[in-house]
Amino acid sequence: MEKRVIFRHRTLPYLLVLPQLAITLIFFIWPATQALYQSVLRQDPFGLRTTFVGFQNFARLFADPLYLDSVKVTVVFSISVAALAMGLALLLAVMADRVIKGSTGYKTLLIWPYAVAPAIAGVLWWFLFNPTIGILAYALRAVGYDWNHFINGTDAMILIVIASAWKQVSYNFLFFLAGLQAVPRSLIEAAAIDGAGPARRFWTIIFPLLSPTTFFLLVVNVVYAFFDTFGVVHATTSGGPGQATTIMVYKVFNDGFIGLDLGSSAAQSVILMILVISLTLLQFRYIERKVQY
Amino acid sequence: MAEIALAGVKKRYGETQVVHGIDVEIADGEFVVIVGPSGCGKSTLLRMVAGLEEISEGSISIAGRVVNDLEPKERDIAMVFQNYALYPHMSVFDNMAYGLKIAGTPKAEIEERVGRAARMLELEALLTRKPRQLSGGQRQRVAMGRAIVRDPAAFLFDEPLSNLDAKLRVQMRLEIKQLQKDLGTTSLYVTHDQVEAMTLADRLIVMNAGVAEQIASPMQVYEHPESVFVAGFIGSPAMNFLPGRVAQDGGSLEIRGGTARRAEALAISGQAGRELLIGVRPEHLQPVPETEADLFLDLRLVETLGADTLAHGSLPDTKSTDGATKDIFTVRLPGSVQVSAGERLALRVAPGALHLFDPDSGHRIADL
Repeated sequence: MEKRVIFRHRTLPYLLVLPQLAITLIFFIWPATQALYQSVLRQDPFGLRTTFVGFQNFARLFADPLYLDSVKVTVVFSISVAALAMGLALLLAVMADRVIKGSTGYKTLLIWPYAVAPAIAGVLWWFLFNPTIGILAYALRAVGYDWNHFINGTDAMILIVIASAWKQVSYNFLFFLAGLQAVPRSLIEAAAIDGAGPARRFWTIIFPLLSPTTFFLLVVNVVYAFFDTFGVVHATTSGGPGQATTIMVYKVFNDGFIGLDLGSSAAQSVILMILVISLTLLQFRYIERKVQY
Repeated sequence: MAEIALAGVKKRYGETQVVHGIDVEIADGEFVVIVGPSGCGKSTLLRMVAGLEEISEGSISIAGRVVNDLEPKERDIAMVFQNYALYPHMSVFDNMAYGLKIAGTPKAEIEERVGRAARMLELEALLTRKPRQLSGGQRQRVAMGRAIVRDPAAFLFDEPLSNLDAKLRVQMRLEIKQLQKDLGTTSLYVTHDQVEAMTLADRLIVMNAGVAEQIASPMQVYEHPESVFVAGFIGSPAMNFLPGRVAQDGGSLEIRGGTARRAEALAISGQAGRELLIGVRPEHLQPVPETEADLFLDLRLVETLGADTLAHGSLPDTKSTDGATKDIFTVRLPGSVQVSAGERLALRVAPGALHLFDPDSGHRIADL
C-alpha cells in the first residue's frame, strides 16, 4: 500500500525536507567534498603553502609499507570482529529462541551492550584486561598466560576485537533472533520427521534460511569494524603497540590530526569512502537479487 | 505397513486438558479421518502420533511398538502439513530426497525412488524448480511426494487441502484417495471439512472438545449419529432439531403440542412423557398432501441450487410468544419442486429417518 500526500503549497514539502537536507549537507556532503579536495593537495610542514599534487598522495600511500600494514591490520581486525560478533550473536539467538521462561529478560539484557558508547566499551575491556589491575589479565596469568596488551601486539589486537565485537553482538543478536523467529515452525517439524537431528536441522534448514540476514549483518559488521571502532582503539591502544592496532580509520585520524599531514589523511579517508560506498552497493545489489530462495 | 493403536491418549497443557482420553485402533492400510470443529484437539492428537507433541497420558503404538518416548524420526511416519512445509531453498528433487539423504540411502536409489514418486504425482517436469515457482496444487503434490518416497509405516495428514481453492481441493481429494488406495499405507487424516471427511475415510473419528464422540464408518456416522453434536456436524445442510416428547399413550411422538404425530411403535414406549430432542435431516423430508403430513413448515427463504432446492422456514408452533422465530428448519427438495417463500409446506418424514436424542446428555436414544 502506497500512501501519497498531496501538498497544496509548492514550498511546504521543500521546507519539510530542509532540516534533513541541511544535516546531510553540513555533516556529510561538505566534509566529503573537503576530503576530496584536500586529497589532491599537499601542504608544507608549517602549513604556509598548499600545492596541487594530483594523485600523488594516493600513489605515495600505496607505496608506503606503513599504510599497507594498516590495511592488513584492518582486514584482520574487521574479519575477526565480524566473525566473533556474528558467531556469538547467532549462538545466543539460537539459545534465546529456545528459552520460553523469562525470555524477555534474557533478550533485554543481551541488547543492553548496544547502548554503550564505543569509547566506554573500550575502556571497560581495557580495565578488565589491564596487566596490573585487570581481573581477566589476572585470571589469564593464573592459567599461565602472561597477558600484556601494552607490549604484545597480538594481545592488543585481541583486546580491541573483543571490545568492538562485544558491542556489536547485541545488534546482530536482534537480527538473528528476528530471522530465527521468521523460520516457520512446520519446516523444522518437517525436517524432524524427515529424520534430521537438531544440528542437522540447523545447518541444512535454518542456517540457509537465515542467509539474507547473515549477509546483511556481514556487510553491516564490516562497515562497523571499518569506521565505528575508532573510539575503541583511541580509548585503549591508540593504535599501538607499534602499528599493531592501527586500523585504517585510526590512521586517518593519526596522520591528519597528530601528524598534521592533511593531504595524506584526506586521501586515506577518500579510500575509506570508496570502500564503504562499494560495500553498500554490494549489499543493495546482492541482498535484492542473489540471496533469496 | 502398520497398524496404529491409541490407548487412553490424553493431552494437558498445564492445567488445561485438551484431549480427554482417545481409544482407537487403526488397521493396517486403513484410512481414518479425524474430523471436528477448530479447537477440538484433532490436530493435537495427530501431532502426538507424529511425535511433535508430548503425550501426557496413555500410549500410542505404531506397528506394535509403543512410540511414546521415540523421536519423530524413529517413528517411521511421514506427515503432510497444512502449509506444505516445503524447504524453500531446495529444489523439488532435494525436497523429496532430503529424508532419504539423511537416512544415508545410496544416490542411485534416491534418484530411483524420487523419480518413481515424481512419475506417480506428475512432477517429473518440475524436479529442478524451487517451491516458490510452483502453484498451490503442485506444492501440495511435492509435499505428498516427500511423504511417499520414504515409504513410511503411516501417513499423517494435517488439513492438507485447506489452503487450496474449492475446485483444486476436490481434485486433490480424489488424488489422495486414489494414491492411498494404490499404496495401501495406513493413513490418519485431520480435517474440519465434513465433506472431505465423508469422502476420504474408511472410518471417521468425530471429535468435539477433546472427546471422540463417535468412531465409525462414514455411513454409520451419517445414519446413526451417536450424539447431537455428531448429528449436527456431519451432513450438509445440517440436521434439524426439534424438542418433543413421548405422548401420554406411550406409542406416539409429540412435537410441540401435537403438530406431528407418528403412530408407529416406539422403542421407548412405556416412557410416556419423556422429553426428547428429535433430529431429522433436510433430505429425509418429502412434500405430501396435507392429510398425510407429519409436520408443516412456513417457508421464509428458498435457495435453488439446480439439482436441489433448499427451503428454509419455521414450524408454525415454534414461534415463541413474542413472534420471533427460534429455529430455522431446512428441507432439501428435488430441484424440480417449485416452492416460494411465504408458502406453507406439508411434509412427511421418511421411515426410519427420525433420530431421537436425550436432551440433557445429548446421547442417541433410538432411530425411528
